[in-house]
Amino acid sequence: MSNWATVAPAITSAFLASVVEVVEAFTILLAVASVRGARPAVTGTLAGLLLLAAIVLVFGPAIDRVPIGLLQFSVGVLLLLFGLRWLRKAVLRAAGIIAQHDEEAVYRMESLHLQDELRRRAARADWLAGLTAFKAVVVEGLEVVFIVIAVGAGRGLLVPASLGALAACMLVLGFGALVHRPLARVPENALKFGVGVMLSSFGVFWSGEGLGVPWPGEDIAVLGFIATFLALGLALVAVLRSRTAELAR
Amino acid sequence: MNTFQALRKAWSEFLGLFVEDGSLALGIVAVVAVAAILSALAISPVAVGVVLLLGCLGVLVENVLRARRNTSRRPPSR
Repeated sequence: MSNWATVAPAITSAFLASVVEVVEAFTILLAVASVRGARPAVTGTLAGLLLLAAIVLVFGPAIDRVPIGLLQFSVGVLLLLFGLRWLRKAVLRAAGIIAQHDEEAVYRMESLHLQDELRRRAARADWLAGLTAFKAVVVEGLEVVFIVIAVGAGRGLLVPASLGALAACMLVLGFGALVHRPLARVPENALKFGVGVMLSSFGVFWSGEGLGVPWPGEDIAVLGFIATFLALGLALVAVLRSRTAELAR
Repeated sequence: MNTFQALRKAWSEFLGLFVEDGSLALGIVAVVAVAAILSALAISPVAVGVVLLLGCLGVLVENVLRARRNTSRRPPSR
């Protein structure tokens, strides 16, 4: 039985993670459109969305046939791999150990790379531009599909999680169409930090459920894990920053 | 780049979602494996939960501190 303690974090993590992914895809689509025009960008995007829909249609029904314990355990392990990776990177970025993700820089690099490719293969320019858009949509879209399945499948929350992801897509694309430039002001690292915390918490919860762990408070335990990962992540950032400041002196 | 190469690159980037830092992925798999073995040996489920939670927290702390030590020896990177 689902309650707000699992529904709210599932929707929130699907929404926030999708914001990050759609912003990244939008930057590349914008670079394609600015270098080669809207047509290959739209064609590549539609082809990518069709492939994603086919993947969901083929693999989606199979999820119902997997025993719930095995599904929870597998999804939990994948969430741990995914979530702790995001959290690690967000902590290192927040502490200034690795560089922040910069949408403006990605946009410039993607545009330059595409211009260079198009100059060398002028005859296939539209095809290459469309393929770049297609790849961006497929790669970032697969992440969104995975996150929705991972946070939604364990408790029958696929629909709410999908709605969270859909809301993120509409918000980012609507805003992007309005400003028509890379969304560099989205606090990408803070979002990644938050999503990393939530996905890691769900990862511990689901893998434990799959192994038959009776978590205290049942679903409420997720909130405790979120608080624990959040506190640890913030503490790590503080420790690393102070050590960096000491070394700088 | 043809469609096949683009799909292959997309797939390898998708796999990269889970395994970027090999030692982090190995640490997580090791923690989960220990928890699964304890569960299979019918050790207290509470102990399994404690191993899972503390193990994951420990893997994160160790990995972040090691990354800090490694990067202090070379210039910052993305």
